[in-house]
Amino acid sequence: MAIKERNHLQDIQATHDVHVIKNGLVDIPMLQLLDAQGNLLSQELDLWDEQTALRIFKSMHYIRILDERMVSAQRQGRISFYLACTGEEASVIASTAALSNADMVMTQYREQGVLAYRGYRTEQFMNQLLSNALDPNKGRQMPIHYGDKALNFMTVSSPLGTQIPQAAGYAYGQKMAGEPALTICYFGEGAASEGDFHAGLNMAAVLHCPVIFFCRNNGYAISTPAHEQFAGDGIASRGIGYGVNTIRVDGNDPLAVYLATLKAREIALTDNCPVLIEAMTYRLAAHSTSDDPASYRAKSEEQEWQLKDPIVRMQRHLQQQGWFDQTHIDEYCTTQRAEILQALKTAEIQPKTDISEIVTDVYQDIPAHLARQRDELIAHIKRHPEHYPATIMSNKD
Amino acid sequence: MAQMNLLQAINHALVTAMSADDRVMVLGEDVGHFGGVFRATSELQAKFGQARCFNTPITEQGIIGFATGLAAQGQVPVAEIQFADYIFPAFDQIVNETAKYRYRSGGQFNCGNLTIRTPYGGGIAGGHYHSQSPEAFFTHIPGIKVVIPSNPYYAKGLLLAAIRDPDPVLFMEPKRIYRAAVGEVPEDDYTLPIGRAHVVQEGADITLVAWGAQVAIIQKAAAMAKAEGISCAVIDLCSLLPWDVNTVCASVKRTGRLLINHEAPVTSGFASEIAATVQGECFLYLEAPIQRVCGLDTPFPLIHEKEYMPDEHKTLAAIKYAVHF
Ligand SMILES: Cc1ncc(C[n+]2csc(CCOP(=O)(O)OP(=O)(O)O)c2C)c(N)n1
Repeated sequence: MAIKERNHLQDIQATHDVHVIKNGLVDIPMLQLLDAQGNLLSQELDLWDEQTALRIFKSMHYIRILDERMVSAQRQGRISFYLACTGEEASVIASTAALSNADMVMTQYREQGVLAYRGYRTEQFMNQLLSNALDPNKGRQMPIHYGDKALNFMTVSSPLGTQIPQAAGYAYGQKMAGEPALTICYFGEGAASEGDFHAGLNMAAVLHCPVIFFCRNNGYAISTPAHEQFAGDGIASRGIGYGVNTIRVDGNDPLAVYLATLKAREIALTDNCPVLIEAMTYRLAAHSTSDDPASYRAKSEEQEWQLKDPIVRMQRHLQQQGWFDQTHIDEYCTTQRAEILQALKTAEIQPKTDISEIVTDVYQDIPAHLARQRDELIAHIKRHPEHYPATIMSNKD
Repeated sequence: MAQMNLLQAINHALVTAMSADDRVMVLGEDVGHFGGVFRATSELQAKFGQARCFNTPITEQGIIGFATGLAAQGQVPVAEIQFADYIFPAFDQIVNETAKYRYRSGGQFNCGNLTIRTPYGGGIAGGHYHSQSPEAFFTHIPGIKVVIPSNPYYAKGLLLAAIRDPDPVLFMEPKRIYRAAVGEVPEDDYTLPIGRAHVVQEGADITLVAWGAQVAIIQKAAAMAKAEGISCAVIDLCSLLPWDVNTVCASVKRTGRLLINHEAPVTSGFASEIAATVQGECFLYLEAPIQRVCGLDTPFPLIHEKEYMPDEHKTLAAIKYAVHF
């Protein structure tokens, strides 16, 4: 489709008053389709089908259980670090459900729900979390830095915001290659303060990239509340400034998130342009296992948000649709719990990556200086094996 | 004197600086009410108010750009970058702005009041992005100073010196020993000179040089070498830019051998700079090739962290190689 170029000078209206746009606050409404009791707030909807709704619901439960188990595994010292998605399951999972599996996903770090929905297996989660040799990242990254080529899930990187302009570039490439797919990019409202956010949105808009920018505005960036992060109207108002189609949605309302993302995908692919979704939600979890929210927020605030738990809301909706089967979901949860514990045990006893891999993947081929460093390291360890008891070395000669 | 760990010493230095001078302000991600992710800025907001100790949005380029402007105006900012791994969005501000403010204006303007604090280094199971030691990038920038303490006493004295130094200083904190390094620290106000190395111990056979958390590693290696009859001089460099050429060279002239240890990748690491200078100054005194015991030329790995690290065993092996060369 031909893109209409805007002529700013011609389109600007002159005014004879000193016209001040106060506070820069614009009125951006939030799409909401289910209330906290799961009642449908609009009757004129193309609702999702039972199968999709149930798959979303189960993935939400799965992630809640996985997060609970892994936080306690971290407390027991079985994994070194973890980061839970509790409270934000609807934002992450219902948005993914509106995509095609061919769509590339670039995440921040709290979006394990994408993987669950796309069929990542429990043992795959465990291999990454336990940094064993079966982890496709070869145990090189901290827990929760997943990456899976087969599921179009780009490997997580800790530096905030870096994936945002990358998503614009990836989407531009998809467009150039004629792929009927786009890129979705998830990030927090804190990460949206990084320069990369602004660069990414602007470039995506100017270069007409089919990309969905999905912001989880969960109220906190570690200890920093949103009001110390920005003074404008959230993240959505910035989309408008960059000429990006923008939707604000209740992030704890799975139906609203699903339909908003469906719409965003349609716009992005038909018009070849970016869409920004701001999901208003709350991080019920601690920032990570290194954090204790008690020192920066009130219990009462958490309790308020517990009442808006997206899983509860989804369950009530399913009940009203006549799609909810308590026995079935109980069985599902019990099975998953057992499977996670079993998979954790199995992953724990898998071997770690061989020491020779310490120099692979830095470049496609191992350059001479790295080969030499590897050989010297291995020779040193062979001379002093007592100091490196955990080192895995398949080539002993 | 009081017993403090390295974090407490840093906090103490900040309290001391803020009490002595109203212009001292602390800014960075989560440094306010929360006191920083490592608690280095604990209680500062309660003691000095939100206007002088405040959270910033998550934008490192913003933090350093803002702090550079603040310093140019005459205030005394101490900006925290939460992890050295996240300093790179601010690289442009530091390289092209902070470091060149004075020079490009012919001395009319400067941002010398700026201090940037950042935790760095491995050994905490932090993987690629909570482990790096990027000091060498910053020693390649004329116009800033680079200081790295190895214990609480130096941390307080050097941080106070950095805050009061007329030039911008990057103060890198070895986070692995934030709590492990404990020592006596004077409770009053004192500074230690930037650019001066500290001789930890004298020795006859080889000079060992390190900074930050690796000082304890070369000390361990020196103790192990002693058991094998080798006498090591141990030098804590303390400042990398400018660095104390005289102290290092005087020692090498006595021992005839030099080993430098750092966590960062060996290629273009700061050891290369020291080695080049020392071979220039001490050429006829050297009895063995200068040894560099450093990180590998790979990203910092999680699972092979132990093998990656330039530990005391690798250091001892290199000491023996040099002594028996
Ligand atoms: C460039 C960079 N700066 C700082 C950090 C440290 N850090 C990790 S998570 C985080 C907060 C991010 O908050 P937000 O984007 O809102 O996401 P949330 O954790 O709330 O999901 C910070 C400051 C980082 N990872 N990268």
